[in-house]
This record gives sequence, C-alpha cells and structure tokens, in this order.
Amino acid sequence: MNAWLLSILIFSPLLGVLVLMFVPSSDEKSIKWLGVLGTLFPLGIALVVLSAFKMGGDELQLTEKFSWISYEVFQSKGQVSYPIFYEIGVNGLSMVLILLTAVVSVLAAIASFSIKQNWKSYFILFFLLEMGMLGVFAAQNLFLFFIFFEITLIPMFFLIGRWGYLEREKAAYSFLIYNGVGSAILLIVFVALFMKTGTMNFQELAYTFSLPQAELNQLFITKGFKMGMLIALLVAFAVKLPVFPLHSWMVRVHVQAPPAIVMIHSGILLKIGAYGVIVFGAGMFPDQFKSLAFVIGLFGVINLLYGAFLALTQTDVKRVLAYSSVSHMGIVLIGLAAGNTSGMTGAVFQVVSHGLISALLFFLIGALYERSGSSELSAFGGVAKRMPILAGVFLAGGLASLGLPGMSGFISEFMAFLGLFEKMPVLAAVGTLGLILTAVYVLRAVLSITFGAEKEMPESRDLSSSERVPAFVLLAAILFIGIYPAWLNDMLRPTLDAILLGLGG
Amino acid sequence: MDLDTLLSFKWSVMAPEFIILGVATLLSVIDLFMKKESSRTPLAWLAGAGVIGALAAIFMQLDTEVTSILFDTYRLDSFSKAFKILLLLGTLLVLVLASNDKKEDVEENRGEFYYLLLAALLGAMMMASSADLITLFVGLELLSLSSYIMAGLERQNKRSNESAFKYVVSGGIATAITLFGMSYVFGLTGETNLFLIAQTMQDPELLKHSFLLMFAFLITFAGLTFKIAAAPLHMWAPDVYEGAPVPVTAFLSVVSKTAGFVILLRFIIITFIAAPGIDSESLLLEVQPYVMALAAATMIIGNVTALRQRNIKRMFAYSSIAQAGYILVPFVSNSSLLFELIWFYLLAYLFMNIGAFTIIQVLSVQEKSNDISIFRGLFKRSPWLAVPMTFFLLSLAGIPITAGFVGKFGIFMGALGLEPAHYWLAAVMMATTLVSYVYYFNVIAVMFFRDSERTRVSVPRGMAAVLAFCAVSTILLGIMPDLALDFFYGNFDINEFFMNIEAVDTHTHDH
Repeated sequence: MNAWLLSILIFSPLLGVLVLMFVPSSDEKSIKWLGVLGTLFPLGIALVVLSAFKMGGDELQLTEKFSWISYEVFQSKGQVSYPIFYEIGVNGLSMVLILLTAVVSVLAAIASFSIKQNWKSYFILFFLLEMGMLGVFAAQNLFLFFIFFEITLIPMFFLIGRWGYLEREKAAYSFLIYNGVGSAILLIVFVALFMKTGTMNFQELAYTFSLPQAELNQLFITKGFKMGMLIALLVAFAVKLPVFPLHSWMVRVHVQAPPAIVMIHSGILLKIGAYGVIVFGAGMFPDQFKSLAFVIGLFGVINLLYGAFLALTQTDVKRVLAYSSVSHMGIVLIGLAAGNTSGMTGAVFQVVSHGLISALLFFLIGALYERSGSSELSAFGGVAKRMPILAGVFLAGGLASLGLPGMSGFISEFMAFLGLFEKMPVLAAVGTLGLILTAVYVLRAVLSITFGAEKEMPESRDLSSSERVPAFVLLAAILFIGIYPAWLNDMLRPTLDAILLGLGG
Repeated sequence: MDLDTLLSFKWSVMAPEFIILGVATLLSVIDLFMKKESSRTPLAWLAGAGVIGALAAIFMQLDTEVTSILFDTYRLDSFSKAFKILLLLGTLLVLVLASNDKKEDVEENRGEFYYLLLAALLGAMMMASSADLITLFVGLELLSLSSYIMAGLERQNKRSNESAFKYVVSGGIATAITLFGMSYVFGLTGETNLFLIAQTMQDPELLKHSFLLMFAFLITFAGLTFKIAAAPLHMWAPDVYEGAPVPVTAFLSVVSKTAGFVILLRFIIITFIAAPGIDSESLLLEVQPYVMALAAATMIIGNVTALRQRNIKRMFAYSSIAQAGYILVPFVSNSSLLFELIWFYLLAYLFMNIGAFTIIQVLSVQEKSNDISIFRGLFKRSPWLAVPMTFFLLSLAGIPITAGFVGKFGIFMGALGLEPAHYWLAAVMMATTLVSYVYYFNVIAVMFFRDSERTRVSVPRGMAAVLAFCAVSTILLGIMPDLALDFFYGNFDINEFFMNIEAVDTHTHDH
C-alpha cells in the first residue's frame, strides 16, 4: 500500500470526476455534496500520508520511480539515452504544502455551494485542478513538475472564464497569457537543464550543480549558464508569485474569479511560485542565488511596499485583498533573500500562513458578496450588528493578515524580517514601513465593513452552518500555527536545513 | 533493360505501392461503369481496404533489411517504412472522413475523389522510397497533380474552383523553382542518384563551385517549402484550404505536408550532408542561419496571422503553417534526434489535425458556414464534440498530457541538445506558441463560454469513429509517448537512411 500511497493521493481527485460522470447534470444537490466528498477523499489520503511520513529525516519519503519516456540520442560520445522517469516523493516542505492543498480544497469545495450554474462541469474541473496542485508538490523531477503545473492552468482558465464575474473572460485570458509566459520560460530552462545533465531529477540536478566547476566545464556548464538558468527560473516564478511588475493578471483574477476559486488561487497556486523559487532557485543554484540575494530582497521590499500602497487606495475590498496578496508575497522574497535560518523559516511560514489567511478572507468576501451583491467598501457598514459571527471572523482574519502576535502571520513576518535585518539592515528598515502600511489598509478595510453606520443590504443573515465550517477551520489553523509554531517548524526543519546547508548560511 | 533484369528485381519491395496502384486503377474502372446516380460509398470501402492492405504489407516488411531495386532508384529502408506508415494512416482517416461527407455537391464527383486520393498517396509513397532525383520528382508531381484536381472537386462552388486554380499556379511555380535548383545539383555532380550525388560532393573539384552549390541549396529548399506550407512559399495555403472540400483540406494539411517533409529529408539531408561550404567544410552548417530564419519566419507568420482569422478553415491554414515552422526547427538543430522528432511530431499532428478537421466538417456542413461562430455553445449542444475538440486544440497548442506537448518537448530537446544550443530559435518557438494560445483558446472560449440557440449536432458514425480514434491517440501519446517511440526505436534503424548499399555499384556497372 505504502509503495503506491503518494500516487493514489495525487490521482485521488479523479475518483470524484469519475463519480460525477454518472450524476445527471441537473441534480444540483447531489453534485454539490459529491463535490465536497470528492475533496474529502484526497484529504483523508493526505492524512494517511502524513501519518506514514516520518518527521525529522531530510531524505525523501514515500518515493516512487518508474521508467516513462526514453529518447536515444547519438552524440560524439556514442549513444546516450535521455530517460524521463515518473518519480514522486515528499519531504517536509512538500508534505506541508500537500496538506495545505488538501485542506483548502475541501473548504473551497464547501464555498462552491454558492456557484449558480453548471455545477457538474465546475466540479470536474475543480477536481482536475486539485490533482494538478497535489502533483506539483509531489513531483520530484522537472518534467512531471511541469506537467502538473500546466494541468493547473487549464482548469483555472475555464473556472475563471466560465464562472467568474462580469469581466471573467478578460481575466481568464490574462491569466492564461501571463502564466503561459511563465511556463514557456520554465519549459526552455527545464529542457536546457535536461540536455546538459541528462537528468531531470531534483536531487540529481542539485548534486550535479554542486560539483566543482572544473568537472562542470566538461558538461559545458559554465557559471554564466548557471546564472542564466537561475535568472530565467526566477522570472518564470516571479510571474506566478507574482512579483511587481508582473502582477496585474493576478489582481484581475482575484477580482473576477468566483470566490471559491480565488481561495484556491490565492491560497495555493501562488505558493507554487514560492515553492519553485525555494526548490529550484535556492535548492539547485545556491551560489548564484546568494549573489542575487540583494536583488531578490529589493524586489521583495518593492512588492511589499507597492502592494501595501495600492491596497490602501482601493475602494473595492477584493482589490484590497488582491494587492495585500502582492504585498505579502514580498515577505516571502524578503525571507528568501536573507538566506539564513530565520529568513528561510519566515519565508516558508509565510507561504503556509498566507495560504490560510487569504483563503479565509476571500471566503468571507465571497459570503459578503453573496449577501450584498457588491464588493465596494462603501456598500458595507456596521456588518457586526447584523452578522456578528461573520464580522468577528473577518476581523480575526484581518488581524492575522496584519501580523498580530498569536496568529500565524506574526511569526512569519517576524522571522523574515529578523533574517533580513541580520543581512541587509537598510533594506529591512525600509521594508518595515510596509508593515505599518499593512496595519493601516487592513484596519481601514475591516473596520469600515464591520463597524460604522449600518448600511442596507439585500440580505443580512449571518454565516450559515455550511459557511461556518471553512471559516472556523481556517481560523483555527491560523491560531494553531500562531500559538504552536513548533509543529510546523518540526515538519519543515530538515528540508530547510538541507537548503540552508547549500546556501552556506 | 531486358526481361531478365526486370524479373531479377525484388518486386515485393514495392508491394504496398502495387496494392495502392491496383486499387486506384480498379476504382477508376468501376467508377466508369457505375450508374451516375448510384452511391459511391462502396468505392470508399474498397479504397479503405486497399490502404489497410498496404499498411499490412508495410508491417510485414518491417523486418526486411535495406533493399533497393530498379538500379537503386527505389529503396525500402527504415525511413521509407516509418514515413509510409504515417502517409497511409493519414489517408485512411481522410477516407473515412470523406465517405461520411454528405454534401450534395461532391456526390457526383465521388468516384474521382477516391482514386485521385489514392494516386496522390501513391506519389507520396514513391517520394518516401525514392533514391533518385527523377523518381523523387515523379512522385512529387503525381502527388501535386492529383491534389490540384481534388482541390477543385466541388465544381459548382466558386471558392473551390478558385482554390484549385490558385493551387495549380502557385504549385507550378514552386515546382519550377525546385526543378531549377535540382538542375544545378545535377549539373555540378552529373548524377541523379542521391547517394552518388553525395559521393561526388566530396570531390575536391566541387570546392571551386561551392557558391553554385549554395545557390542550388537555397533554391531547392525554397521550392520544397511549398509542399510543407512554410515560408517563403506558404501563401497558397489559406486560400486553398478555405476553398477546398474539408476532406481535401485535411489531406493537404496532413498527408501532403508529411510528404513534403519526406522529400525535404530525403533530398536535402542525403545530397548535401557531405557538401562543402564556401568557407567551411560543411554546407549544411553554413546554411543553418538561412533555415533558421525560414523556420522562425514561418512560425511568426503562421501564428500571428492566425490571430486575425474569423474563418475557421483559414485559421487552421495558418495554424498548419505555424506547425510546419515548428517541424523545421529539428532541421536546423540537425541533431541525431532529427528523424524521430519529426516522425513523432507528424504522427501527433496527424491525429490532432485530422481530428479537428473532422469536427470542422461536421459543424460546417450543419451550419453551412465556416465562421468561427459555428462553434458557439458547442459544449452545451454537443459535449461529445466539444471535449475532443478541446483536446485537439490543446494538443495543437502544445499543452501537457497531449501528444502535441510531447512533440514540442522533443523539438526543444533537439534545439537545445547540441552545442551550441539554439536558444533564440527555441525562444521564438516558445513565444509564437504563446501567441497561438490566443487563437486556439479563442475557439475553446467560443465553445464553452458562449451560448447559442443552435441545435444539437448529429455526427455520422464513421466520423465519430475517426474522432474517437484521434482523441484517444492524442491523449494516449501524450501520456505514454513511449508507445510510439518504442515502436520507432524497435523497428526502425535510422542509420539505414544514410546507408549506400552496394547495389549502386553492381547495378550501374554490370548492366
């Protein structure tokens, strides 16, 4: 069983697809419940995987490896085969992200109850998306990573373009093109690495690149080549993360996509960018990564400040949150740029923490939109009076977002900045400005919605029981990480240590 | 050549060609004696049986070693077998597509279409097996002439007539250019046999004429781009594709294009592989920038112009130009993967393009239009058409888990594999692929995001079968490309392509 566990996990959402095929497309209730069940199944398996996962080792676990495609190439050296394997496995980092994916997917499926039409095709695409995400984090070679990465793109295109708001198609296209550019660069880099080294395996690649330069020269791998590859990778993942000035698509998606999909997008898909930078950037080209640290940090600070400034000026609460995501992803870059223990830890914590917080906030915005038909800040006021639970959770989410101690946001920001202050104090000092701005825009948005003069809304019922589940679960997770970060730390430590060892920090 | 010599040849080498020739002749005779109003569908069955028979003959030949007959003008080697399989498979699918085509207009011409199709196929197969300029050219002409007539088969349709006329004129010019280039090759070497030409190329005497050789290469290559619809001779494709009946368009965009690559590989690679360049030892290395520029131009022209098309057949014409550009990339990189990359891509292309044309055919017949709006709301109307169409489009766009992705991945491997790696060509290919997302996904958006009051679409059984076959193959080759690659590596040894067997000497000198 264990030998296949991870594959079963990755492809488990397909069971949902299969079952849905046999449900009549007009049977709204069954489809929606099957939608939730279909995501609970992968979550169950993810928990089994977690229990099979041994904490503390830095080696890959639950690995699977099969021969898949083989090209025979004749070169001056004679016949060389370029094999591509199906290889998957988990380490601490990917385990955490897989868990995050499984949890957020279930909650997003519950949030999908508000979808008004074509539920069947919606959930089929939803399951495919989940499969893609699980696969991305479990993949252990470039080819597989790329395939799962692209598998997330296509369902997203449909989900945004068909079920989104007014300008959904435009948003779907800009999602497709921007991410297309990212994956185009990624593909060229991956193929180039493959052809130079003859392997696509993450660990083998990292090992190859850690060889002394003299040996690498024989493989035609120069320092310039490494640097070029790293820069290309960083640009590719900068689109995904997104990094200023490549962020406009992401704001559009956050505004136009249905709330449940934004939960997934903001909660997990953006994190693929961070994951990519950590695994491919820092993990494979540590020396070059270190020499680019200042630039990365600079972009991090720019992201942080730019996102925060724009969030401050928005009148649409979805836009506030979208720019807040841009801003928070800056903190990931800041932590990575620091390249020391606390910085790295902060970056990865931020990945997880922001995944939970943004999923929570976007879920609540979706709930608010459903009641008021608007997401303009001016449309809301005094929500706390009529809907105390919604307002309470919203306030808590906002506080987590601005980094209140005791919540997950605090630890990650604190660690990331601690790391950067150690390495680049001036940059870090400028960056702290962003934290103040964050507090301002979050409070501005949250307070003007929850308190103040009460505004008329078409509907003003509080969170229903099906809505309370995602809200409370996410809030509980945020508090859990905030109060007891040691659990997450134990999971991540070995992976981070391995990367830090490469970085020499 | 006396009877003994004639009988001494191993005619079994040509078994597939004889089958096609026989069936084509039979069809033309039967057609002649059939009543004008009776249905020509039995002819389609017969033609299909012929193609399947020829396919079977090739599979039986798989173990045969390199053989050459008719004074080494006709060879059976791995290369010819591998590509003949593609040609036959493509024609078979086109046949099914055509036999289910219920257009009134073509009805009277039905019989002609089937034997012309087989004649064109025969020409293409001859090209795959030729080792001599003369036979290559005869094959090329047989393919071209039959195609010209097929394009004009809808006699009542102005567009079809226009299409045929444009095809004849531009085709004639292209042939003239090709022939002009070939005449230099012949003039410089005094040989028509490809392998003998290759041998003569190493003659130090030729170094004096390296400029002429270069000229010959440039001209012949340009002439041959006509058949694959690549720059500079790509202009005919949109008009001809638009006017010709859909099965013919499918044939031109798949089988005829494959044949174009076959002659390109046969002629260019064998004759010029040892040719001296102007400043260096290798002409092929020196012309790399030229081929690279053509490949890049083809990709850019095809993809960018496709953006503006409202007519779905024109859009696919430009898409097929773009695809030809992708397949030219391995030519530039010239890695040892050349053959399997081109073969695999053409195989993938065969499934995705014929699949897409099948759906276009079904819709355009029902809606009597070729505007992209015929796809409106297709997902709601006929999900079983919309979903396969999505797969074909994704495959054409090169998105993973489709055959098109694996094909493109391979082409990238070829482009980046050798030192120096062709980064900028790969970048052009990637960038134009991105551009192609816009128009491929536009069709997807029309199918899924728009609504339409139009009715369901009914699909004839034969077409449904083609559709299912193409869709399954597209996905299967995307997930398990080794199915095709193992078949290729297991049965074909591409070194045979360069093998100049002794037959050349014995035959030319003994007789």
